[in-house]
Amino acid sequence: MNEITSTIQVVPLEYYIFLSVTLFSIGVLGMLLRRNAIIAFMSIELMLNAVNLLMVAFSAFRGDAKGQVFVFFIMVVAAAEVAIGLAILTMIHHNRGSVDINALNKLKW
Amino acid sequence: MLAYVFYILSAISIGSALMMVFSKNPVHSVLYLIATFFSIAAHFIILNADFLAIVQIIVYTGAIMVLFLYVIMLLNLNSESEVSKSTIVKVAAALSAGLLFLVMVASFKESVALPVSEVVPGLGSVKNLGKVLFSEYLLPFEATSVLFLSAMAGSVLLAKKK
Repeated sequence: MNEITSTIQVVPLEYYIFLSVTLFSIGVLGMLLRRNAIIAFMSIELMLNAVNLLMVAFSAFRGDAKGQVFVFFIMVVAAAEVAIGLAILTMIHHNRGSVDINALNKLKW
Repeated sequence: MLAYVFYILSAISIGSALMMVFSKNPVHSVLYLIATFFSIAAHFIILNADFLAIVQIIVYTGAIMVLFLYVIMLLNLNSESEVSKSTIVKVAAALSAGLLFLVMVASFKESVALPVSEVVPGLGSVKNLGKVLFSEYLLPFEATSVLFLSAMAGSVLLAKKK
C-alpha cells in the first residue's frame, strides 16, 4: 500500500495531462470518422472518461477530494445521458431503419 | 516499478481506444471500450482513488456498456454493414483531430505546474469522499436524484408506443 500511494512522486502530472489529451483526441477522431451513431456515442463516453482521468489526477496531485466528487457527478450525468440517448437511438432505428448519422438530416437547414 | 505500471496501463488505454475507433464490428468496439474503461479504473487505483475505481467498474463497464451491448443486440447491428465515409471526409476528420491534439499538447507544454502536495492518505476513500459529498455537495447530490427521475421518466416516455 505504501508503494501504491507514492505514484505522484514517480509519475509527473504532465504525463497524465498528455494521456488525457490523447484519449480526448481519439474520442474526437471517432466522433468525426464514424457514421454509426452508437460508435459516436461511445466516443463521447471516451471523452468523458479522459476528463475524469484528468480530474482524478489533479485531485491526487493537489491533495483535494473535491475533484473526485466532481468525477462522481460526471459519472451520474453520463449514466443518465446514455439511458436517454440509447432510447432515442432505438426510436430512430424504429422510425427510419438505420442509425446512420448521414440519414439523420431532417433538421438540416 | 510504478512508472512501468503507468506506461503499460497508458499503452493499453490508448491502444484499445484506437481499436475502438477503427474496428468495423460494433460489438468489437464495445469490447475494446470496456478494456479502455478497465485500464482507466486501474489508473484510478494507482492514483489512490479506490472508490472511483470501483464506481468506474460498476457503472461504466457494468451498467453503461451492458446497455450499449444490449442496444446493439436489439437493433441487430453486429454485422459489418456500415458504409464508410468518403476518403476526403476521413482525411479531414484525421486532420482536425490531429490538429486539436497538437494545439492542446502545445498549450499544456508551456504551462507551469502548481506545486505538488504531499501524499494525503485515504484521500479517495469512501469515508473521506462521503464526508465531502454529504456536507459540501449535498444540494447537487439531491439534484442528481431529480435528474435521474427525469431521465427515467424520459426513457419510459420514449420507449412507450404512441
